Amino acid sequence: MRVISAATAGCALLALSGCASDMTKQASPYANAEGAKTVTLSVQSWVGAQADVAVAEYLLKHELGYRVDKVQIDEVPAWDALSQGRVDAIMEDWGHPDQEQRYIKDKKTIVPGGDVGVTGHIGWYVPTYFAKKHPDVTNWKNLNKYAKDFRTSESGSKGQLMDGSPSYVTNDKALVKNLGLDYEVVFAGSEAAQITQIEQFAKQQKPFLTYWYKPQWLFKKVPMTEVKLPEYKEGCDADPAKIKCAYPHTPLQKYFNADFAKKGGDAAEFLKNFKWSEEDQNEVSLMIADKKMSPEDAAKAWVAGHESKWRGWLPK
Amino acid sequence: MATATASTSVRDTGIGALLRHRAVGKLLLLAVAAAILIPIVNAKWASGAWPDALTVDLTEPLGKTTDWIIDNRDSHPLFVYFLGNISNGIVLSIRGVYLVLLAAGWAGVSVGAALVAWRVAGVRLAVLAGASFGLCGLLGMWVPTMQTLALMIVAVLVSVVLGMLLGLAGGLSDRVFRILRPVLDTMQVLPAFSYLLPVALVFGIGVPAAVIATVVYAAPPMARLTALGLRGADGGVMEAVTSLGTTARQRLLSARLPLARKELLLGLNQTIMMALGMAVIASMIGGAGLGDRVYQALGSVDVGAALAAGIPIVLLAVVLDRVTGAAGERLGANTQDNSPLRGRRGWSVAAAVTVVAALAARFADRLEWPESWIVNIAEPVNTAKEWMVDHIYTDVPVVGGTADWAAHFTTWVLDPIRDGLQGLPWWSVLLIIAALAWLIGTWQTALTAVLAMAATGVLGVWKPSLDTLAQVLAAVAVTVVIGFAVGIAAARSTRLEALLRPVLDVFQTMPQFVYLIPVVALFGIGRAPAVAAAIVYALPAVIRITTQGLRQVNGAAMESSRSLGATNWQQLRQVQLPLARPALLLAVNQAVVLILAVVVIGGLVGGGALGYEAVFGLAQGDLATGLVAGTAIVCLGLMLDRVTQPTERRTKKGA
Repeated sequence: MRVISAATAGCALLALSGCASDMTKQASPYANAEGAKTVTLSVQSWVGAQADVAVAEYLLKHELGYRVDKVQIDEVPAWDALSQGRVDAIMEDWGHPDQEQRYIKDKKTIVPGGDVGVTGHIGWYVPTYFAKKHPDVTNWKNLNKYAKDFRTSESGSKGQLMDGSPSYVTNDKALVKNLGLDYEVVFAGSEAAQITQIEQFAKQQKPFLTYWYKPQWLFKKVPMTEVKLPEYKEGCDADPAKIKCAYPHTPLQKYFNADFAKKGGDAAEFLKNFKWSEEDQNEVSLMIADKKMSPEDAAKAWVAGHESKWRGWLPK
Repeated sequence: MATATASTSVRDTGIGALLRHRAVGKLLLLAVAAAILIPIVNAKWASGAWPDALTVDLTEPLGKTTDWIIDNRDSHPLFVYFLGNISNGIVLSIRGVYLVLLAAGWAGVSVGAALVAWRVAGVRLAVLAGASFGLCGLLGMWVPTMQTLALMIVAVLVSVVLGMLLGLAGGLSDRVFRILRPVLDTMQVLPAFSYLLPVALVFGIGVPAAVIATVVYAAPPMARLTALGLRGADGGVMEAVTSLGTTARQRLLSARLPLARKELLLGLNQTIMMALGMAVIASMIGGAGLGDRVYQALGSVDVGAALAAGIPIVLLAVVLDRVTGAAGERLGANTQDNSPLRGRRGWSVAAAVTVVAALAARFADRLEWPESWIVNIAEPVNTAKEWMVDHIYTDVPVVGGTADWAAHFTTWVLDPIRDGLQGLPWWSVLLIIAALAWLIGTWQTALTAVLAMAATGVLGVWKPSLDTLAQVLAAVAVTVVIGFAVGIAAARSTRLEALLRPVLDVFQTMPQFVYLIPVVALFGIGRAPAVAAAIVYALPAVIRITTQGLRQVNGAAMESSRSLGATNWQQLRQVQLPLARPALLLAVNQAVVLILAVVVIGGLVGGGALGYEAVFGLAQGDLATGLVAGTAIVCLGLMLDRVTQPTERRTKKGA
């Protein structure tokens, strides 16, 4: 029994002793494992973000001599992890006003890192082969006419509007209700599941209606046409319950942990300078997602062909 | 896989008849209670679904809790002086283990693992261990495997220490045992998915949260088996030791603990298995290592890459299971140990050889696994998957494609069950649950089941809970039919059982996430793939328990029935199956618990219902949605467990 009581006392002492340990300043146990300088990047689940990270990782490694750790986290938790310093940077964010308010303005633990150079847009899409046959499907006013074409076993008697990962920004449930559409929002649950399903539909040339976003490599494999929703105006999406308009066009942003931005040296400066175009990103994305190249090989291929572009990102 | 053992107690007809009488009595009593209560309830809250008046909206308090945690995490003493130290300790210890593993290099780790396996379990397992680690390297997964191994070592150590402390308390004091048992019972039916969010919120995304979640999941079997082992100590031996005038501590250390060695090892074995099972799920909150690779592969629809990361997990599980299992058997057998690695000298030889191997690799500049030795399996696997999808997805003549089956299954099975359940008045659902649970158990189990189900209504998730329940019921029905059929066949043919064993091993240890992509490719998105994945995951346990239960049926009873001229079929139906009833019930119970765990992960592939809400909560850091869904999953698990719980059940989740 003495052993046990000694151990308990030890634990209690540890807990009560002055050795304060700020949980919010702990890096991953795997970081800097071989004495190298490490940068930890958060990878989001969509391939565009993976392309950003792959190229940044490749250059950090081969041009600046860093080790790069990647962690896959959903968007909102990634903000939290960034604030705590568990990751140093988010390379592509699609707009999170609540988090920006909390962490950038109030707590000042995160700082903006500038544009990625890519403009994102969320919308509703039908496959182009279907839109060609029925041109009027591309306006939301005619969607009810086609509801029966979009029916699946999951949506029952209504048409299916397929949404993806629950972590993505979406107003679709409210939109369906407020626009009086005869549709059921079915969540694929993850982007992987959604892409798999879209590819299956496309193979059989079946009609479908899906939440999707640009830029995205899948458009090269499955051409899709956007369905016009009521036009987006500044502030029309202020009240989530009353939304009746399309999604905005968002210039995608980078965000850094505040400490990292200050003390991150070359890595921080490089990531700040990182800025490329939609075509660049799609080129890398397509190599990763469709040709199933490893992100590293894809980044290598892109880096080899675009030296003039990335030279400018390196710290002077 | 140490399978659950079922008791084979034979009920004679007298008790059976009495039981039937008691069943009628129970039902009558319930009917009377219902006749009085239902009119009152119906008059007050006449509605089909759960009445709004009886729900509690937790959105606001939970939202405030989230804000409080996030705002105080870097300043409040609770975090800075207590949780922060725990988190820090975890990070430091994992880092320590990880650095040692890296320093040993692939040669050191493989040789060391082989020698340890040799020392505790013999030559055959040494070869298996060495080869498995080699294979992890070949698949290009060396570094993630080491990260997972480091996490496992720390998580298992913490679980074992915590489990043993709890088990000691429960083993030595009757009162603690009485309190502990229902707590452990409950912990074991919790699907791991349901407590990722609160842990991640308090500890932040990352390795410490992953370890804590793993410990919560893996410690209960250790605690339970320690308590069982201590309580089961031979009375005669204990008396003898007491009569020698020993103190309580001497009795514990010199008699009780050594006598319980077998249970302790079994506990260790179970803890390791559960911890590995958690490795992938914990990657959703930043667990890194192999689990993260599987999760990332899921993100890019890459079955091949998911498999490449899943195989090392299976290998780790098989090696650790076999080695601890063999060590347990050796403890019992008192044979002469002739291996060159026996005794304390064996350990020092093993250590020395490991160091030599590690140094050799270091001087040969081969510390990291050579890139040229990596075999890329992702491509062929993906090609195979594409072929399957192209050829059996839809419009196969006569049988129809997998997508057509899925659609039919959804419309003809899942929809009617769901609509039926959701269409029933809420009180009648509770009444059915009460009747089922009472028939199979005691009034306490019935009460727990009813309260658990009612809790989902109070939380405001009655409808999604019934949706999830419908998926579980459909999956259980399919699993039990297939599982019993295969189990019966395996019990009658040793060859079939031997053939099945490795297959079942693989399916039981392969992380559930790996199934998710192929099932989407085959069945599309929706509830059908979630159900399919759950069936694949639960089948091995059902087959195993069924086979074992039938095999253990009293030989004398079988003999005598055969001598009476019973045919094979008669023997099976009238002797074997009735006698194996406890085992069959246990199989159903295990199926239910395992299926619920996977069906909710099906939220990731369009399963909807509670699983989707849990994923949503996790993805959005939304405690109000996530925690409520998580709690409802727990309640559903409790209810299902109690409704299917054989009266005398003492086994563990995960079989």
